[in-house]
Amino acid sequence: MRNLCLLSSLLFAGFTAAAGAQTLTLVSWGGSYGRSVERAWVEPFIEETGIEVRVEDYNGGLAQIRAQVETGNVFWDVVDTTTPDSVRACDEGLLELVPLEDLPAAPDGTPASEDLFPNSRSECASAGIVSATIVAYNDELFPGEKPAALEDYFDLEKFPGRRGMRRVPVVNLEFALIADGVPLDEVYATLDTEAGIARAFAKLDTIKDQIVFWEAGAQPPQMLADQEVVMTTAYNGRIFNAQVLEDQPFTIIWNGHVQETGGMGIVLGTPRLELAKRFIEFLSRPENLAQISRYISYSPARYSANALVSTHLDTGIEMAPHMPASERNTRRALNSDWLWWADNRDEMNERFSVWLSR
Amino acid sequence: MALSLTDKRLRAALLAAPLVVFVAVTFLAPLALMLVRSVYEPAVADSIPATLNALAEWDGRELPDEEAFRIAGMEFVALNAERRLGSVATRVNRLQSGMRSTMLGTARALGNDPPAGSWRDAMIAADEDWAEVSTWLAIGRAGERITPRHYLNALDLDRGAVGEIVAQPEDRRIYVSLLVRTFGISAAITLISLMLAYPVAWLLAHAPPSRAGVLLLLVLVPFWTSLLVRTTSWIVLLQNQGVINDLLVVIGILAEEQRLAMIYNMTGTIIAMVHVLLPFMILPLYSIMRTIPPRHMQAAASLGASFWQSFRRVYWPQSLPGVAAGSLLVFIMSIGFYITPALVGGRTGQLISSMIAYHMEQSLNWGLAAALGAILLLLVVLLYLIYNRLVGIDRMRLG
Amino acid sequence: MSAVHNPGDSRLRRWLHVGFCAAVLFFLVAPVLVVIPLSFNAEPYFTFTEGMLRLEPDAWSLRWYENVLGEGRWLPALGKSLVIGIAATIVSTTLGTLAALGLSSPAMPGRGLIMAVLISPMVTPIIITAAGMSFFYSDLGLGQTYTALILAHAVLGAPFVLIAVSASLSGYNHDLNRAAANLGADGWTTLRRVQLPLIAPGVFTGALFAFSASFDEVVVVLFIGGPEQRTIPREMWAGIREQISPEILAVATFLIVFAILLLAAVNWLRQRDYVRAS
Repeated sequence: MRNLCLLSSLLFAGFTAAAGAQTLTLVSWGGSYGRSVERAWVEPFIEETGIEVRVEDYNGGLAQIRAQVETGNVFWDVVDTTTPDSVRACDEGLLELVPLEDLPAAPDGTPASEDLFPNSRSECASAGIVSATIVAYNDELFPGEKPAALEDYFDLEKFPGRRGMRRVPVVNLEFALIADGVPLDEVYATLDTEAGIARAFAKLDTIKDQIVFWEAGAQPPQMLADQEVVMTTAYNGRIFNAQVLEDQPFTIIWNGHVQETGGMGIVLGTPRLELAKRFIEFLSRPENLAQISRYISYSPARYSANALVSTHLDTGIEMAPHMPASERNTRRALNSDWLWWADNRDEMNERFSVWLSR
Repeated sequence: MALSLTDKRLRAALLAAPLVVFVAVTFLAPLALMLVRSVYEPAVADSIPATLNALAEWDGRELPDEEAFRIAGMEFVALNAERRLGSVATRVNRLQSGMRSTMLGTARALGNDPPAGSWRDAMIAADEDWAEVSTWLAIGRAGERITPRHYLNALDLDRGAVGEIVAQPEDRRIYVSLLVRTFGISAAITLISLMLAYPVAWLLAHAPPSRAGVLLLLVLVPFWTSLLVRTTSWIVLLQNQGVINDLLVVIGILAEEQRLAMIYNMTGTIIAMVHVLLPFMILPLYSIMRTIPPRHMQAAASLGASFWQSFRRVYWPQSLPGVAAGSLLVFIMSIGFYITPALVGGRTGQLISSMIAYHMEQSLNWGLAAALGAILLLLVVLLYLIYNRLVGIDRMRLG
Repeated sequence: MSAVHNPGDSRLRRWLHVGFCAAVLFFLVAPVLVVIPLSFNAEPYFTFTEGMLRLEPDAWSLRWYENVLGEGRWLPALGKSLVIGIAATIVSTTLGTLAALGLSSPAMPGRGLIMAVLISPMVTPIIITAAGMSFFYSDLGLGQTYTALILAHAVLGAPFVLIAVSASLSGYNHDLNRAAANLGADGWTTLRRVQLPLIAPGVFTGALFAFSASFDEVVVVLFIGGPEQRTIPREMWAGIREQISPEILAVATFLIVFAILLLAAVNWLRQRDYVRAS
């Protein structure tokens, strides 16, 4: 009988959870990152404020946010967005404005407007994190010489075997040009020319037969573990988790990678605006923002918080060598230019689709 | 007392009316709306009426005059203050890449620092794209309320400087070849299904009823099983580390590094879709074959015809309605299939449906999604009419 | 079977035919069934481990079933699927049965055309339907609501009911209506006391088909469903795209059992229908 009660209460959990007006709904990316968000920010927030928070998963993009704003049925309050998405959503009036002046200052009094990493600033997002799209490989498959730079991902002669690649042009065009010898600070200028785009696709052509495409962030570590591929592009946090939590023999190549930023935005017109603002304020405090790096290897995107990075909570290992924004790991890193992608995404997606189907 | 004919008609019509109305509202109306959306896009026209008005008089050869620059600049600044310029800029950007940052960047610059003198100079100073005629042409075209551009886009066409229709550059032609591929894959699936289904339907149709019943259940089990379950099964079976490859390696047919790529490509799409659609071929064939008396074949044989002769002359013509029904059904279902190709199609096994879904969910270019959908719908309606002509839609049966 | 084959028929051809059919039927059924043993894998792999093949008890486990029943994702999804499926089935069964009764009458004007229109939701590619509905319900302000999904699934299920009930009615003797009228029954009474009991198996068959169509539907849910409407197929879609854990296989096993139960129910109803009709 008790089981039956439990069962029916679980069955209808979906409905009842929506009923409480004082429940904040936070939408994030799920997987190991989503769990880190819950432990680093959500649970301490609940403890401090007593506000209930429900966490849901999504896969990025603006479609569902737009549908909610346009119909006025706003279920989501706080959304974990990439900076390009939050800038676009901000321009299109889908997110509430979050003025930089409203975010808490650093402990030494530096205002948020100077303390946040410049490329993570958006008019509609909290302080956020830095993640990296890197190339990782399975150690066991390279008993001799190990791949050491992005160039090796494109070198089938020296390191034969299938490669995993996300099925989008973002990051991959940059990778192709960097590996083809374009200096980091000229990548986007090169992509602005027809010849540059052709050059990027030509470089991708050289490994096309050996590429296995992935779409969700959970796939690349799985593909490496199954030895479906010998090397793959991936989000650094996912590989880190496989390394430390599952003891997988993976290595990240911190030599030629692309950094991206993201932060939390508030869906325009949410009836729980005040609660959402409190959450944004809470998470943007440097000491709270830094907490994420105790669970997963993403760097807090403000200088004062970055200085607080310490150890991984569950294993006690030093986090600095694993962080995308640490000094050692940024020696050869490209900051993704979301403005360029906002302008060219549609066209590049078309060209990438043509390239895929050829 | 019997009802009069009029009363009977009225009663019959009243009974059918609720469903007719329901289908009209919740099914036909959405399809009609999709057709409207494919040619009608008022969002830009409604947002920047003054700019479009100023451009209406413009000849499209030289740059617009100072007045048009001023009106456009002021309208952009005002819209940006209300955070409404972003969605306009996104739409203009679809016609010309780069327009998004041109419009937003200029509006931001002018909003912070309104020009004292010439708006034209100020806008060109903010972004030199404003000195290009094509920039203004793109804004003018994005402002068309009724527009053929989504259909042009869906057919890999574009408009040139004076509005003439030109082909897209080769590296952006995607939809026509995808449509062709969709038809090719669908035809292959239909043909394979027919070849697999025909002998099975024959066996079912002419077996003793008790045995036929059991065999029919074997056809119906997959028919009733969730599509996602069946697709999952194929992933489990066909993937690189999957059951079939493992088996081939264990029994020594393949070496470890020779594992076959049977999924995440066109092969995967075809195998999984044949499996999903095969019952839709078997069942119509079976229901037609059941009506063919076995005596006909026996009579032909007793007249000295060989098996193949009598099959070709006697049996095959009588089974043709079933062949037509099954093939059309499978073909129609194939060309609009989304779930299975999306999950197992990889790089080379995607159908046109994947682009519709992409524009619905990711790029949010709903006009283009609607135009692609409308083209597909037109083809389906044509096939549907042929089907109705050949078979009669009201003769459709459930397994 | 001998009926189709000539006396001079070669044995070989017959064996080839039977062998071919056996292979095709194996192709149809085996992939569905292979999922079931794999869902008891103790390891997070989607292939048979050596231990499983040697039938070692340790290699088999119920852990994925515990996950499915324990974790808070699948049971709420089941609840949502049931709510949408049952509501949609009620709508489509009611409307579909009434329409079949009307269309079965010889007096019905424009029968063929109306039938073609009413069945069209079933044969229109779902991607087109879903796109159109997405525009429609978002313009109405009903995007991401249960109402929209229930209406959408009801119109997709109605053709199944219409076809099943029409099939039941095709053996119906319309003289019974006249007889009932002669005995003083009005139209409503005739419908309730004479027609409905006779076509009940057809109605239930149609309802099962309609429910199954809704319970399995994912494209419309993807396009017009919001975060509140994560049904079982929606969760499976997300799960397959991310990575196939044997947890998905456990859910798949439940769905296979469910499909077999539905099939058994439909088969039983068909036999009842057949008995009554004869």
